[in-house]
Order: sequence, then structure tokens, then C-alpha cells
Amino acid sequence: MFMRFLLLFSRQGKLRLQKWFTPLTDREKKKVIRDMMMLVLARPARSCNFLQWRDLKIVYKRWYASLYFCAGLEDHDNELLALEVLHRYVELLDKYFGNVCELDIIFNFEKAYFILDEFLMEGEILETSKVAVGVSLEEADTLQETMEEYMSKPAY
Amino acid sequence: MSPSVPLQEMIRAIRSARTQCEERGVIQRECATIRAQFRQADNEGRSHNLAKLLYVHMLGYPAHFGQMECVRMIASPRYSEKRVGYLGAMMLLDEKQDASLLITNSIKNDLANSNQYVQSLALCTLACMGSAEMCRDLAPEINRLLRASNSYIKKKAALCAVHIVRKVQDLGELFAPSARCLLTEKNHGVLHGAVVLITELCECNPESLELVLIRWCQCLVISGYSPDHDVAGISDPFLQVRILRLLRILGHNNEAASDAMNDLLAQVATNTDSTKTVGNAVLYETVLTVLDIKSESGLRVLAVNILGRFLLNNDRNIRYIAMISLQKIVGTDHNAVQRHRGTIVDCLKDQDASVKRRALELSLALVSASNIRSMMKELLSFLSSCPPELRSQTASGIFIAAERYAPSQRWHIDTILHVLTTAGGDVRDETVPNLIQLITNTSELHCYTVHKLYRALHNDISQQPLVQVACWCIGEYGDLLLRGECQEMEPVQVTEDDVLDVLEAVLQSHMSSPSTRGFALTATMKLSTRITENVDRIRSIVSIYGSCIDVELQQRAVEYNALFKKYDHMRYSTEWLGQRFLVFVCSTFVVQSAGLSPPICGFPQVCDLLDLLGGSEPPLQSSPALGSTAPLPVGTAGTAGGDLLDLLGGLEPTAIMTVLLSVFSVAPTVSVYDKDGVTVTLSCEKQSDSGLSITLTASNSTDSDIRGFTLQAAVPKVCISSSFSFQVNLKMRLRISYTSQGSAVQDTVQVDSFPGLGH
Repeated sequence: MFMRFLLLFSRQGKLRLQKWFTPLTDREKKKVIRDMMMLVLARPARSCNFLQWRDLKIVYKRWYASLYFCAGLEDHDNELLALEVLHRYVELLDKYFGNVCELDIIFNFEKAYFILDEFLMEGEILETSKVAVGVSLEEADTLQETMEEYMSKPAY
Repeated sequence: MSPSVPLQEMIRAIRSARTQCEERGVIQRECATIRAQFRQADNEGRSHNLAKLLYVHMLGYPAHFGQMECVRMIASPRYSEKRVGYLGAMMLLDEKQDASLLITNSIKNDLANSNQYVQSLALCTLACMGSAEMCRDLAPEINRLLRASNSYIKKKAALCAVHIVRKVQDLGELFAPSARCLLTEKNHGVLHGAVVLITELCECNPESLELVLIRWCQCLVISGYSPDHDVAGISDPFLQVRILRLLRILGHNNEAASDAMNDLLAQVATNTDSTKTVGNAVLYETVLTVLDIKSESGLRVLAVNILGRFLLNNDRNIRYIAMISLQKIVGTDHNAVQRHRGTIVDCLKDQDASVKRRALELSLALVSASNIRSMMKELLSFLSSCPPELRSQTASGIFIAAERYAPSQRWHIDTILHVLTTAGGDVRDETVPNLIQLITNTSELHCYTVHKLYRALHNDISQQPLVQVACWCIGEYGDLLLRGECQEMEPVQVTEDDVLDVLEAVLQSHMSSPSTRGFALTATMKLSTRITENVDRIRSIVSIYGSCIDVELQQRAVEYNALFKKYDHMRYSTEWLGQRFLVFVCSTFVVQSAGLSPPICGFPQVCDLLDLLGGSEPPLQSSPALGSTAPLPVGTAGTAGGDLLDLLGGLEPTAIMTVLLSVFSVAPTVSVYDKDGVTVTLSCEKQSDSGLSITLTASNSTDSDIRGFTLQAAVPKVCISSSFSFQVNLKMRLRISYTSQGSAVQDTVQVDSFPGLGH
């Protein structure tokens, strides 16, 4: 599956995370974000999670009533699997932050990116095991130096 | 390093800003601080500062001044700084920026780092924003990592290789051998990456893999249960789907490969549990694969049946994807999809707009001659309740289906009228002339049509296409309307006043567009020959519009007025407007005003029809130009002859006037037989709507008598090839026999072209 982009935004139209798997200019990115927000936020409750936009399939998932996950797929991709991918990402966030909520993602946005980077890469799934992703995140976090180690290491 | 307190404080400050202006102020202050701190060579909070900048960037504010800082941070030995630095590179830099090249060296170094997490950062960033040059530079490194490292790195290197291949296709050859080795790994992550890489390589270069791969896929898909990768009872669905996708590419256009994977696909299709979405995801991929390769028919039927089951699923998403897939195969496996027509039509009533749209497309594709009536019922009821964005598509779909499969003319006209009354505002522009053409051709239903249209117009004058057609019809067949009787409908008494009331309402309504008004005005004018009592009322309506602001209407009104003044005496004797020819006239006007080129497809040649007109006492001599069949050129003074123009007394003729005037000529005659002093000439006259009167005149110019003259004429039945092209190929065979001076003469003559019909 080749995901073109993954966006997280709130019901009020605030972007919380953006991951682009194809090179786009800033202007194009802004246009996509605007269009996605417009399309997805206008959908009534209990509607189909898939829609068509330009030549892409858009899969979106509403979560906790206030946060929307939105992914753009190519024409030959499996939408049902994309839903599973979004679901899996939420589970990973949940496991990492412990009962995650939108505020966690706002105040620790860089962690959300690190988690995403252990799960998806180049628009494809990197690791299919939840456990494995959790383990690598923990280990990477321990690498983050303590204050003393940080101060003692040279800057360059 | 403790969580980024400075970052979180800033976020809190931004969030507590009550207005956009306040927020901008906070951000500007923060950015100034950050910029100052970037300039300092040595400071502790560098990763915090960059993180703050990235947050600000996500809110949509400019952050390009952080690019160099990213480059510096990536080069730092501290892991926390590297981590944020690489994140910054992925967010702020892309392959188009020059600064991205600066990190190539750092990435290279980090790829060789002893710590796998540092390596992974480099791999991730390269896969995210690596440009073609960077990819070329670093490809050998990636290849090395594919072969000799731990599984954590191998899986990342595999996807990084995918990125490289997508950017620079030639490098695919470099990775092919390593990719093949990866397939023997046990680790699912690595396997997944390997499958993706191989898929990518196959897409570029289909010959690069052998059949043995399929057997391997077989083992993999059926193999053991791994609790780590289990999702709701399905063993590693992500990997399964990826493998199925690879199989799709291998089997596409490849008979041998498709055969080999037949059993495997059948097994997956039957054994996968479809109660959860995950299972359905795998089944869906299986179906897509089966339909895309050269599968045997049994397997295809299995796949279509799975889609049929999906259609009945409670989950809307699954119904939606089922319809998308059925749409793709409705051309090739039409009968299989027809079996599920009932369910598909039910989905038209679904609440969800996406599902409705898919159901509509699929329903239109499934319309055929055998189900046209029931399908049309469903489609028409859908039209009345469908969301506005789908109406135009539905309307055109209905028209196309009706044209193709209409069981009868009346049904066809009824259907179109139904659409016009329900969704008149959403039909395309060419519907009006097409419908007019259809009505013209269905002469036996003129009475029915005009009654129906009149009633529709009476109820509602807002739907422009309907109003236009109705006006035209009333103008043309107003006499049938006023006569009151109609075989197909209950008779309704319509007086001349009623009709004129309706037309006037259209003219005066603010809802009528200019072209609609034109139709109404012309119709009013045409009625002046068909009604007897209210000619003055018509005259007054027409003269009012002589000073209308709309130039088009004004022009018409003035010309019509002129006709009233100058040619009133000819009104009934020549019936110059009484003939059914103004189809073209309306379009001429539309054409003129729109500035388009004259030929509108499907319109009969004006001269042909005009020549069929005749009067009992034509006041003028025949014009030589009427034998021609070229469409009347727009705007020229025309071929109708200069002598006619004198009559106008200096009024500037326009195309319409020329058309009207050229009516005043007698139908030309043509000699069809001329031998030994016996001549037979032929002339045509249109006596009624459906009758063409051909007069054959025989004359004898010899000295002796002719006895026993018999003339037999035969014409073949004329077929109209399609309702939208008007071609009359009339031929006639004449047998002439007589006795002259004692000898019998018998001749057969074929007449291929009739004066004025032109074909």
C-alpha cells in the first residue's frame, strides 16, 4: 500500500500531525490540508469512511469525537487495510502514552512522529507487530541522554 | 533528558491566546528568541528550540530559518539532538531545497554508526526526503545494510531501498539479488519489507522473478500462527495483503503464474474469517487479485460471490468497496454482476452519499434491454430524492439508457418529461434540441405530447429546459392542443386564452432565461396562424417586446411585427408559418445570438423541409436556389433571390427573414421520364404532418394518341436509422406502360432524388 500522506486534525480544523510520503511544495501541502479538512469535517456521522478526491482514495477515521485521522491512498490500494493501519496507529499511541487523548498528541507531538516513524515508512508498513514497535520505542527513548550525560558530551 | 518543558510551556502559551492576533504575537516573540538562540554557538536547549520551531511550523507559520539548525543538529553526537534534527529535516527540508544536500554526508556517517537507532534515523530520513542524487550516492550503503545487519535495520533498509527504486528506477538492478535473499528471513517485518521491495522491482521489470516465488508465497500465507502478528484471529493480515498484492502483479498477463497461484487464492478466499474488518480486508485483496490475473472461471465466480456477500454486509464501508470492485468488472463479467442487481439497486436508498454514488454508477452500467422498465422506475424514484450533486449525473444516465433501450416512443417521451419535471435544472444543454428532435420524429404522439407538456407547463414554469420544450411544442402543435381530443389521454378543454395566458406568464416571469423567452415569443407568433380569435392579443404581446431591453427578443419581436404588417394577407392562404419547419428557425436564432457556427447535429436541412411546403397560390416565382441542400448560411442575404428583397422595402433581411421568404416559392418539378415525346414530371408537396404528396404529371407531345397509359409507382419502406439523425432516403420506382402507334411500350424508371429532399 502506498500512502501518499497522513494527517491528524481536530474538529476545529487545527492540524496536529502531518506526514507526507511524496514531495510536495508548501503551497500544495496547504491546499491538500485545506481540502481534506473541508471534505472530512463535512461528513455526517455514521457515513462511509471512504471518499474520492481527485485521483486518490481518501480514508478517514474519527476518533474520540474530536480528532480525525485522514490518509490518502492510490487507486489500487486496499481501503479496508488502510483503516486497519489507522486503527493500529491509534493503538500504538495508546500503548505509548497510556490512554492517549488529544492533549498528549499536542504537547508531545515529536513523540507522535517518532512512533509513526517506527510504524510506517515510505508510505508502507514498516513493522507489523505491535510488540516490536513498543520495544524499539522504549529502547530509543532510553538512548535519550540524562541531563548529566547531555552536559558532558561535546556539542560537536 | 526530561520532557521538553520549554516546549510545553510555549504550547500552553499559544493555546491560551484568545485571538488569532494574540497567537501571532506570542509566536513572533518565540520565533525571535529561537532565532537568537540558533545564532549562539553553544547552548543547552537546542533540541527544545528546534522542537518549538517545528510546532510553530505545524500551525502554519514560516520556519525556514530553522533549516540550517537542522543540518547542525543532525551532525551532533548527542542522540536527542540528532533525533530532533532528523525530524526537523523531514519536516522542513525536502528534495527541492538545496540545504538537503548538506545532510547527505551526515546520513552517510550515521548509516555506518554502531548504534542501530542512529542508523535507523538516517534510514528513515533518507526514505522520507531523499532526492535522486542522494539516493544514487547512498544506494551502495543501503545495499550493504540489506545484506549484513540485524533484522531491525534490514527492514528499514528494505523500505529505504523501495524509496530509492521509486526515485531512480535503474538502481533496481542493484537491489534485486539482496531482495531475493531477504525472502528467507523469518522476521515478519523484514519479510514485509522484502515483499514490498520485490513488488516494486516487479512493477518496473516484470521478468525479474521466477515461478518458484509463488510456491514460497504459498508456504508463507498458510504457515504458522504467530501471536505477535495476530490481528483478531487473522495471522499477520498486513503481510498477507502485501503478498497477495505481489501475486497480483506476478499473475497479471501471465497464464503460467496465474495457474500456479490458483489453489492458494482459492484457499485464502474460503478459509479467511470474514466476521471482522481485518478478515474482510484480506478477502478484499484476494478478490482484487483474482479479478486482475488470468484466473480460471470457477475462481472468478468465487470472487464475485464474495463481492455479492460484501454487498449484504451491514458495514457501509464494505458495501462501498464491493461496489467499486463490481464497477471495475461490470464490463467483463457483466452477467455475474447482473445477478446482484437487486442488492445494488437497494443501495441507491442508502443514507450515505458515497454509497449512493457508487450504486448509481453501477446501476446505470447494469441497465439492459430486458430490465429497462424496472430499472428506470428505480432510477426515476432515485432522481426525485437524490442529493443535488448527483442529479446531473443521474439525469444524463437516464437519458442515455432511455435512448438505448426505450421499449416504445411513448415511454421514451414520458421518461424524458418525467426527468425534466423532476430535475429540469440539472440537465445538459443539448437535451432541449434532442428532445425537440425526438418529438418531431414521433408524429403519432404529437397530440399526446403537447397535452402533457401543456399540463406540465401549467403547473410549473421554473424548470427552463422543460419550459423551452413545452413552448416550442405548443407553438408547433397548438392546433392539436386546442382541438381538445386526444387518444392517449383524457381530453381537457383548453381555450386559446388559456394557452396564451401560459405563454405570457413564461414571457413575464423573472425565472425565465432569455433563451426561454425567445422560445415563448416564437411560439406565440406561431400560434397566430393556428388560432382564430386572439390574433390581436398575440399582436399586442409581440409589439410589446418590440421595445424590450433584451436585444435578441427585441429583434425577433420587430421582425414578427413586420410580418404582421406586411404579410397578414398571406397568413392563411399560404400557411407560411403553418408548416412544421420552425425547428431550425429557433436554432438559427440561438445560433446567431450565441455566435456559434451553424450546424447543430441532428437538425434537418432547412431547405429540404421548406421545399416541402407549398401554397395553393404562391405569390412569387420559384427561386433557383431551392434545389440546393446546403444548410442556410447564417446572416447572409441568402439565396432566396434579390427579387424577394424588394418586397421588404428596404428592411434589412436577416437569416430568419430569408428563411421565411424563401417559403414563398412553388415546389420545383423534375422530369423523371422523357422518351419519345412522353414525359413524366414529378413534384412534391407536404400536405400533412405525416404525408407527402407527390404529383406525377404525364404529358404527350407526340402527334399520335397514347392509349392504355398506366403508371405504377412503388416506394420502399423508409427506416430512420437513429432517432437523432434525420436521414430520409426516399426512392421510387415507376413503371410506365402505354400503347402508341400500335406498339406497346413499357419502361421502368428509378427516381433517387426528389426535388427538395436532396438525398
